[in-house]
Amino acid sequence: MKSASSQKLARSLLINGILGLIVLLWLIPVIGIFASSFRDRFDIRTTPWWNVLPHRDWVATKTINPRELGLDTNGPMTVEGVTATFEEMRAGVEQGDTRLIWIGTRPIGKIQVQEKQWVTSANLNLENYRQVLLGKSVQVKLADGTTETVRGDDFSGSLLNSLTVAIPATIIPILIAAFAAYGFAWMNFPGRRFWFIVVVALLVVPLQIALVPVLRDFAGMDLNGTFLGIWLAHTGFGLPLATYLLFNYISGLPRETLEAAFIDGASHFTIFTRLILPLSVPALASFAIFQFLWVWNDYLVALIILGPDPNVRVVTMTLASIVGTRGQDWHLLTSGAFISMLVPLVVFFGLQRYFVRGLLAGSVKG
Amino acid sequence: MRKELTLATIDQTVKDKPGSGKVIAWILRIGLAILIPLIAFFILYQGFLFLRAGNASKWVIALVAIVWGVGGVWMLYYLFNKLVEMLSPEWTARLQPFVFVGPAIAMLIWFLALPALRTFYISLFGRNGPPALPFIMAFTNPGEYFPAISAQFVGLSNYVAVFTDRLMLEALRNNILFWIGIATPLTVIAGLLIAVLADRSKFERTAKSLIFMPMAISFVGASVIWNFIYEVAPSDRPQIGLLNAIVVGLGGQPHGWTNYTAIAPWNNLFLVIIVVWLQAGYAMVLFSAAIKGIPEEIIEAARMDGATEIQVFFRIMIPYILGTIITVTTTIIIFTLKIFDVVWVMTGGQYGTDVIATQFYRQSFINRNSGFGSAIAIALLLAVIPVMIYNLRQLREQETFR
Repeated sequence: MKSASSQKLARSLLINGILGLIVLLWLIPVIGIFASSFRDRFDIRTTPWWNVLPHRDWVATKTINPRELGLDTNGPMTVEGVTATFEEMRAGVEQGDTRLIWIGTRPIGKIQVQEKQWVTSANLNLENYRQVLLGKSVQVKLADGTTETVRGDDFSGSLLNSLTVAIPATIIPILIAAFAAYGFAWMNFPGRRFWFIVVVALLVVPLQIALVPVLRDFAGMDLNGTFLGIWLAHTGFGLPLATYLLFNYISGLPRETLEAAFIDGASHFTIFTRLILPLSVPALASFAIFQFLWVWNDYLVALIILGPDPNVRVVTMTLASIVGTRGQDWHLLTSGAFISMLVPLVVFFGLQRYFVRGLLAGSVKG
Repeated sequence: MRKELTLATIDQTVKDKPGSGKVIAWILRIGLAILIPLIAFFILYQGFLFLRAGNASKWVIALVAIVWGVGGVWMLYYLFNKLVEMLSPEWTARLQPFVFVGPAIAMLIWFLALPALRTFYISLFGRNGPPALPFIMAFTNPGEYFPAISAQFVGLSNYVAVFTDRLMLEALRNNILFWIGIATPLTVIAGLLIAVLADRSKFERTAKSLIFMPMAISFVGASVIWNFIYEVAPSDRPQIGLLNAIVVGLGGQPHGWTNYTAIAPWNNLFLVIIVVWLQAGYAMVLFSAAIKGIPEEIIEAARMDGATEIQVFFRIMIPYILGTIITVTTTIIIFTLKIFDVVWVMTGGQYGTDVIATQFYRQSFINRNSGFGSAIAIALLLAVIPVMIYNLRQLREQETFR
């Protein structure tokens, strides 16, 4: 009996151990940019982000000016009981728990005496966020204490643009699809079967197929680079899945409820708005989360329809443009990436239940 | 009142002559389907011109745009429905479905069905696509129209290029070998493993929701996250990228990994990892639900008979959730066929990492070779046709429409 329970414990430890390891593996990349986004711009470039955790590192305990001691930098020098040449000191001379290291150039440099100590590199602040969020000029403190005026990346403007794109591009297709789903489920009309087959067939069509013709249409209508253009595009591309998911839900609602309403003399429109829409909230919510995340995180459609105009740039485009032009500016990239993730993460964790339900309702998006 | 009367009269005439009534009904139905989106579009468009002309603050514009866009669409359904309900009951019944379904159908035709045909048409032409001549010219001035068309017409040669061009071959190889051949099974296996482990853990909810989290992150964001992990510094400086820090710590040489062409084409694996990280959560959620659907008695019975956990997994669980495995695999294959953002942001398709979608983008929008670009898009469409057929079969089996 005892061995059975200890075997059970061992198995549970093993399972939780492996699972914990996988979770950690999944989280580390996000923790890395999150921690880095608060670090000083100079620190990010020079030391790894896990240095914010306690670790052992060399800490200067004393600085010696070799010229005051009258040392000849061209030959071996004896400092603190250690004899070494300039080149050796440049690389650092270790002796037990202390190290001598030459800081600076040969003529004016100094010798530092360092000791290994537990330290954290926790110089954390919100400077990076200030620089990426603000649009106009931002005063930035440099490592040497001076300030410099740089142009911000205007992520706050991009966030607003992303919201302006994503909210209508979520609600409009849901509205259109809900009407259509009701029509397919509860109305009789010629071509009903045929058009529903078209909806299902279009479920997996890659949107690449539509980009060139749609771009041409939009060019003719002066819609490129407008919010209206991208709403329409996202509505068109999201409609097959929206209609299909909502149809599955709405057609499954109990027939008696609708018939009772009909007998009471309610019109289709009244039934739809007063009865079907409130009953369909779970399905509407799951698709809304899908579509919202999809639109918010979309890069390709925004790149093509919105184009290069910085006034309408959404967060993914702003972030990608920093990657393209200043791929080494990790203080901007980490904070920018985190800002771009914030809204979807809030939506995701807040409404995860609906999101999972939507996934399980069977989704194959084109 | 007057309007209702006249329409009722029409209705009466229609009843007398059923043939013409059918035609009128059809014209009105098609008219509705086109008219509603058209008016919606016009109203939205005018609102936009107005907003763009004004110099209001961004917040005001955003707010008005949202209210305008969403409210406008709702108003339109409402008004058209009111209009149709004013007709005689018979006409209401005939036309109302088209108020409900028409706009969706019109949007699907405009944004997906018609573009597929147009893209195919463009793919038969050279760099600049077909000449921009009005179609009506084919009848009014055929002597000029057809020579102009045929001058640009190249037949199927763009399709030959899709399967022979050096960069396209590289893209096809990457899509098939790395994205379908490696990324898809890795994602499925990772998802399955996590689902099985989480199913037996007390921390199931937390673990699942953390592994699922990357689903909320954009591919651009994920690219930044992983670029940071692959970041390389000169070998005499401390490595700030996690991977290179580990490699150097183990005594290796730091590399840029995604642009490490010495190991090409295996540098693609570093892009594959990103997508596995992003998509495993999706697979996990579906598998987890499927595993919970396995009746407890079956598994208990197998254990009673002395089956090991491994046997339970392979002999009972896998066969039981095979349907879900196929669904998840298909979805991920479709997704990886169109993979674009990750590759574009990480490498721009350089260093032998090109895929079909980056080739499509480059040909269509950078090289401005719309004929070739369109042929690539059609090739993508052809690749998903088996799935489309499968979906349609499923639909027929469900017999949704009795």
